[in-house]
Parts: sequence; structure tokens; C-alpha cells
Amino acid sequence: MLGAVAAGGFLGGEARYLLGLAFPTAHGAFPATIFAINISGSFILALLLVLILEVWPPTKYLRPLLATGFCGAYTTFSTWMVDTDRLISAGRYGLAAANVLGSLLAGLAATTLGLACGRALVAYRRRRAEGPLIPAQQPDPSESEALR
Amino acid sequence: MLLAILVGLAAALGALARYLLDQFVGTRWESAFPWGTWVINVSGSFILGLITGLAVHHGLNAHVVSVLGTGVCGGYTTFSTFNFETIRLTEDGSLAGSLGNIAGSIASGLLAGAAGLGLALLI
Repeated sequence: MLGAVAAGGFLGGEARYLLGLAFPTAHGAFPATIFAINISGSFILALLLVLILEVWPPTKYLRPLLATGFCGAYTTFSTWMVDTDRLISAGRYGLAAANVLGSLLAGLAATTLGLACGRALVAYRRRRAEGPLIPAQQPDPSESEALR
Repeated sequence: MLLAILVGLAAALGALARYLLDQFVGTRWESAFPWGTWVINVSGSFILGLITGLAVHHGLNAHVVSVLGTGVCGGYTTFSTFNFETIRLTEDGSLAGSLGNIAGSIASGLLAGAAGLGLALLI
């Protein structure tokens, strides 16, 4: 269990670090990379939790590996806060407000969207699984007889 | 290359600390409100503020900042779980809890980060 959290945490932290290196944002500018990471991670976490809890066969390690480990470490709350603090102390109040409100609203929307996608998949699978249970319309023998 | 591996290992440590602390808080204070994530995110914001302040004002080595800040603090705190728990509170009918989680986490997170940055100035 702890190994799964650590492995997921390694991969999530690594992904965030490498994305930060690939798309650096200047100090005093809008932290777009962390914004994109946090929003995408929120969508992935919500979708994954529906898949783990309701779609995939129950396993012990997927949730600690993918949700707690990967998504938890991929996204970051502390950088969101400290980046905002530094924008405030640099007098960039508009960017600070945009960072707080933009991330919050986009994060909640991404989570809602992730849940909706997961639940739509659950509903689709249920309909498909239940399909054969509904008595299929048997061709009326007399009718098919008549058709011949 | 070595630094990237160290950052990953540090994030794994942060994630482990989050997992264990969340379980500890969850068993001690049984509540619908996600206190575990709140404690983690606020304490992590303070520590990252302190590390960032030490880098800005005292020239803390950039590699150390990557390992402790990007790695440990980033892996320890979580934005996705914060959002998920906020939505779950709303779906469970606790709009007050949801709004409280948003306002409480952001206000105390910003204050904690500022306190860490400020403490680095005093050192």
C-alpha cells in the first residue's frame, strides 16, 4: 500500500517537475504551467475515482497508486498559494486574484466534468450490460411464416 | 538527471507523508469535513513559503529548492483532492461545508504561505 503511494507520488512529482522545466513561467507572470497541471490533474482524479470505484474490478492498489499517489503529487496546493502570495507582494493584485479565482473555478469545473464523464461511462456500460435482460423482440413465427 | 530523480523521490516522500497524515487525522477526528487535506495543504503552504523565502532572501541553493519545494511540498500538498472533496461535500448536500472548505483552505493557505515567506525575512 505504502509502496503504491510512493510509486505514484514519484511519477506524479516527476511529471510536474518535467512539465515545469519544459514550460517555465517567469516570476511575476501568471503561473500558467502549474495552472494547467492542477486543472488537468483535477479532471484525471475525478474520472479515475469513478473508474476505480465503479467500473474497474475492485483492486487494493489502484487507488493509492493512481489517485493518492499520482494525482495527489502531480497537482499542488502549496505552489498555488505561494505563487499567489508572491504576486500579491509584487503588487500584481489582478494576476493574484486571477490565479486564485481562475484556478478555483477551473478546478471545480474540471472535477465536475471528470465525474460526469466517469458517470456517463458507468451509465453506458450499465445500459449495455442490462440490454440482454430486456426481453428481445422475438420474431413472430407466424409473421415470418407469412413473409416467406 | 540526478536532480530529476531526487525530485521524484522527494515527491514520493511527500505523498507518503500526506497519505499517513490524512489517515491519522481521519481516525482522530471523524468528520465529514476533510480536515486531513486541510492540515496537509496549509502546513505545506507554510513550508513552501519558508523555502521560497530562504531562496529569495538568503540564496538557498536552487537544487535544494527543487528537491524540497517542487518535490516534497508539491508531492505533499494536493489541489485535485481539495477540489474533489469540495464537490463531494456539495453532492452530499453540505453546501456550507463546501464553501467553508473553499474559503477556509484558500484563506489559511495564503496566510500560511505568507507567514513562511515572512519568517524567512526574519531569519
